[in-house]
Amino acid sequence: MVYDAGRYDVIVIGAGHAGVEAGVAAAKMGAKTLMLTLNLDMVAFMPCNPSLGGPAKGIVVREVDALGGVMAKVIDKTYIQMRMLNTRKGPAVQALRAQADKPLYIKEMKHVLENQENLTLRQGMVNELIMEDGVCKGVVTETKAAYYAESVIVTTGTFMRGKVLMGDLEYESGPNNQRASIKLSENLEDLGLDLTRFKTGTPPRVNSHSIDYSKTEMQPGDEKPQCFSYETTEFITDQIPCWLTYTNEVTHQLINDNLSSSAMYSGMKRGTGPRYCPSIEDKIVRFNDKPRHQIFLEPEGRDTEEVYVQGLSTSLPEDIQHDMVKTVPGLENAEIMRGGYAIEYDAVIPTQLWPTMELKHIPGLFTAGQINGTSGYEEAAAQGIMAGINAGAKIVGKEPLILDRSQAYIGVLIDDLVTKGTKEPYRLLTSRAEYRLLLRHDNADLRLTEIGHDYGLITEERYDQFVEKQRLVEQEKKRLGKLIIKPGDAVQQMLQNANGAPLKEAVKAYDMLKRPEVTYDMLEHVIETNGDLPDIVKKQVEIQVKYEGYIKKANEQVDRMLKMESKKIPDDIDYDDIDGIAFEAKEKLKKVRPLSVGQASRISGVNPSDVSILLVYIEQGKIARVAN
Amino acid sequence: METDTITAISTPVGEGAISIVRLSGSAAIPVTAGVFQGKNLHDAETHTIHYGKIIDPETNEAAEEVMVTIMRGPKTFTREDVVEINCHGGMIAVNRVLEIILEQGVRIAEPGEFTKRAFLHGRIDLSQAEAVMDLIRSKTDKAMSVALKQMDGRLSQLIGRLRQQLIETVAHVEVNIDYPEYDDVEEMSHEMMRTQTQEVHAEIDHLLEVAKQGKILREGLSTAIIGRPNVGKSSLMNTLVQENKAIVTEVPGTTRDTIEEYVNVRGVPLRLVDTAGIRETEDMVEKIGVDRSRKVLEESDMILFVLNYNEELTEEDKKLFEAVRGLDYIVMVNKSDLEQKLDLTKVNQLAEGKPVITASLIKEKGIDELETAIAETFFAGDIDTGDMTYVSNIRHIQLLKQAKQSLEDAMSSLDMEMPLDIVQIDVTRTWEFLGEIIGDTASDGLIDQLFSQFCLGK
Ligand SMILES: Cc1cc2nc3c(=O)[nH]c(=O)nc-3n(C[C@H](O)[C@H](O)[C@H](O)COP(=O)(O)OP(=O)(O)OC[C@H]3O[C@@H](n4cnc5c(N)ncnc54)[C@H](O)[C@@H]3O)c2cc1C
Ligand SMILES: Nc1nc2c(ncn2[C@@H]2O[C@H](COP(=O)(O)OP(=O)(O)OP(=O)(O)O)[C@@H](O)[C@H]2O)c(=O)[nH]1
Repeated sequence: MVYDAGRYDVIVIGAGHAGVEAGVAAAKMGAKTLMLTLNLDMVAFMPCNPSLGGPAKGIVVREVDALGGVMAKVIDKTYIQMRMLNTRKGPAVQALRAQADKPLYIKEMKHVLENQENLTLRQGMVNELIMEDGVCKGVVTETKAAYYAESVIVTTGTFMRGKVLMGDLEYESGPNNQRASIKLSENLEDLGLDLTRFKTGTPPRVNSHSIDYSKTEMQPGDEKPQCFSYETTEFITDQIPCWLTYTNEVTHQLINDNLSSSAMYSGMKRGTGPRYCPSIEDKIVRFNDKPRHQIFLEPEGRDTEEVYVQGLSTSLPEDIQHDMVKTVPGLENAEIMRGGYAIEYDAVIPTQLWPTMELKHIPGLFTAGQINGTSGYEEAAAQGIMAGINAGAKIVGKEPLILDRSQAYIGVLIDDLVTKGTKEPYRLLTSRAEYRLLLRHDNADLRLTEIGHDYGLITEERYDQFVEKQRLVEQEKKRLGKLIIKPGDAVQQMLQNANGAPLKEAVKAYDMLKRPEVTYDMLEHVIETNGDLPDIVKKQVEIQVKYEGYIKKANEQVDRMLKMESKKIPDDIDYDDIDGIAFEAKEKLKKVRPLSVGQASRISGVNPSDVSILLVYIEQGKIARVAN
Repeated sequence: METDTITAISTPVGEGAISIVRLSGSAAIPVTAGVFQGKNLHDAETHTIHYGKIIDPETNEAAEEVMVTIMRGPKTFTREDVVEINCHGGMIAVNRVLEIILEQGVRIAEPGEFTKRAFLHGRIDLSQAEAVMDLIRSKTDKAMSVALKQMDGRLSQLIGRLRQQLIETVAHVEVNIDYPEYDDVEEMSHEMMRTQTQEVHAEIDHLLEVAKQGKILREGLSTAIIGRPNVGKSSLMNTLVQENKAIVTEVPGTTRDTIEEYVNVRGVPLRLVDTAGIRETEDMVEKIGVDRSRKVLEESDMILFVLNYNEELTEEDKKLFEAVRGLDYIVMVNKSDLEQKLDLTKVNQLAEGKPVITASLIKEKGIDELETAIAETFFAGDIDTGDMTYVSNIRHIQLLKQAKQSLEDAMSSLDMEMPLDIVQIDVTRTWEFLGEIIGDTASDGLIDQLFSQFCLGK
């Protein structure tokens, strides 16, 4: 018999990267929130690489922060190294990457959760959901505790019927030998959810003392202090480097010889792994003409000697892993502390979700994170915060929040998932965003702070700062638009130094800044400066002015997209009733149940003529309603 | 609702003497007004008809005489502003007008789109809705099959190849962005990107060029006969017409001063420029100067330049040589039955390798040679009639032009040394436009390319 363990507004199952964002968001919105997780010492644990951010992903971290999330703040307190990537490229693709201190990250995150108002953190294994009339009303744990709530968010990552694979060894397990979540997965299946089987893997970790770093190349962090959160003011200056080395012909030969003993190559049918995170076995099979592959040695933290061997993700047997590691320069004497392994797990086919992250056929149930077929900490956090906000919104009576593809990478991610689904673990890439010039690292706050504030996730203090920044940017742009620069010695010298064409006649400072070779900093030497504008404002002005033409073009495309997005499809539409739509398209539409004609048009298999007919049909419905 | 403006030829192709280019949308009137010579249409009253000329804003020349009907919404078929441009000059004229309208940024209508708009704006009632959907379906299918039929297999292969080239370039840039730490992927440079875009640009350019030739094949090579008074221009025209049985003898316009003669010379369709035009060119150079004559002559696909064997070379002749330099022309030295006064060595020199045919129209001599020269000039170029990949579908041509424009945007960003991830946006657009031509609009292609081309991962 179960016992009544209490009533909450929102229950979050899991305290991984999705769970923590979901829980904190709901709690901040005022929902009484319970977070249940398997092991309190492992909240926001990173089972794979000790790093956060990178292209696209780093921008997501900023977006989550702008919405009021926690990931950015916690990493800002716990990084061992921070780098801005793609600095020689355009502003749209620059992004931060941090090497994390894994144990410290957990500690800091736990601290945040413990001190979050409205949030109860508790250890426990959820076995099933409580259902009433097809609506999810709570959860029951293995200790028979029954918790009741209006909404339940499942963020159980790779734990769902997880199976660890290494050589011919295989056992039921979550990542890093945590318990697998078996009953819950079965329960979801019983409730009619379509599940699929995915897999991913991780490389061995070696002891730092056993590495000969002299044979590797140092990869230091940036000197210039940087951080993810718009609220962070203190930087960690004492950084730890990573190291670069390579595999070679010997490594490859060894792997080739032992391919059949790799869990993933043994001929057994396995879950689908991601193409972008291939194991070293995959790399050697698929790109056998490459003489070498890069290996990055990444410390797992300040107070641990474990070093993550990025590039050697594998499910080879343990003995082969020992041999393999030793073929790599610098690792000749390396001692493996934990072996690499692959993990297979259940994932929910994400086209079953509304873009709010709620299940279409189980009201009250949300899923977020790796359980939805994604991969990556940032992707998980992004879904977590959106699920948390939407679960919270139901409680406090706010409109659901759906970000569109021009607003955030988060919007791209969720739209892709719920509209197209995914055949492999989904990772964000900059190329998935069609409006990436608008989805920049530098303007995540401009895009999303307002929304975060509306939903009660952003403090008034931060909001005021944001409004002030916006004001300064606009004011400075206006000022530059009025300021005239005449051709004079200083200006010509400046242009010459920058390899620019000399100035022939007077121009507005605004137009001068449009020149590719001119930066705001340079401009400041030849115009009156505007008091002491913060650097972040100057940078923003520079980007907005310099890329104005491109941004405008992108915005025009966005307008076209939004027009189709604004054509809503009524909830009760009966696709079978529409004669003109092709059979395949009908089936897809019935499954995905797009909210708008725009979303419908992105479903693969729905052709332009189907979209036209859909449009006509919807209008017909409108007219019919007026007529009635 | 939709705010963009659409256009299409709205009379069935080839049927009826009058063809109509119809526009619908908020820009219909301003766009038409912008290319219309005649009354100011901007504030023309609704449901009024206006006579005038459509001018090509690029050359500022009058293209076609038309009657324009202005109809302001909502009392129109689509309930939007509608303009109908009535052209009298047959398919060639109507196509030309359509092209000019498209150049102004108006979009070509989807099959059945006018009707769709009419419906969406409530102009067609509920009972007709089913019919509208059927219509859209059948028109779409028909347009698709027509478009596909029109598209030669080699064309789709060529487009496919260009797309592949572009996507590899794009994937390369993407890899540099998404995996900046990978040193085994060479960093794409502006130079590499420039080479790639230039190559594709040249190919698209060529396709468009050939598209023009495809049009020529259907419409005839517009041929101008020029020369000083009395050298025998009219006689040449008559001879060509009589010799070759005109395909279409007269396409009368509304005003009587345009006559086009179509003749088929050894398989080369010639559209001999109207007699009025020839009369004008008589002292054209005198009147409007070499440069402007040249501009006029550039409009023709071929020029027959007549000289008199019986007269010495004049200043006027030399100026004409200047005006045609670099264009496709043939010199015909007429009246060889009379005494030679013309310095042929000099003429050959001025002709810079172009064919010089000595003939006598009266004695019917040299005409064979002239016809051979016409055929050779035509076939020597890029035009290969028997076995040609050409784009004839106006939608395809439009997409090619958009693709070309995007590439040019990319190239100008390259010249400004913009970062490659910015340049790449327009390259991706190009790839998408080309995809629309062959009906491949799936966006996952890039991601697939990325992972098959490069070895990436942890
Ligand atoms: C071996 C391995 C390799 C990986 N490699 C990569 C990689 O290369 N690149 C990459 O981007 N990502 C990788 N990942 C994925 C990354 O770790 C995840 O995407 C991310 O952690 C997912 O976050 P999440 O919040 O969805 O789930 P998790 O972080 O897995 O969190 C799940 C949470 O749910 C809890 N939980 C599970 N079941 C129950 C239950 N029944 N009751 C209560 N609590 C429960 C767990 O305790 C945990 O707190 C890898 C993961 C693993 C395991
Ligand atoms: N002897 C001789 N006379 C010719 C020949 N070809 C044309 N003519 C005569 O030259 C005169 C002018 O011929 P057209 O064909 O009218 O010349 P045109 O260049 O059209 O003259 P305009 O219309 O005045 O510019 C006529 O009297 C013709 O008969 C030729 O080969 N030999």
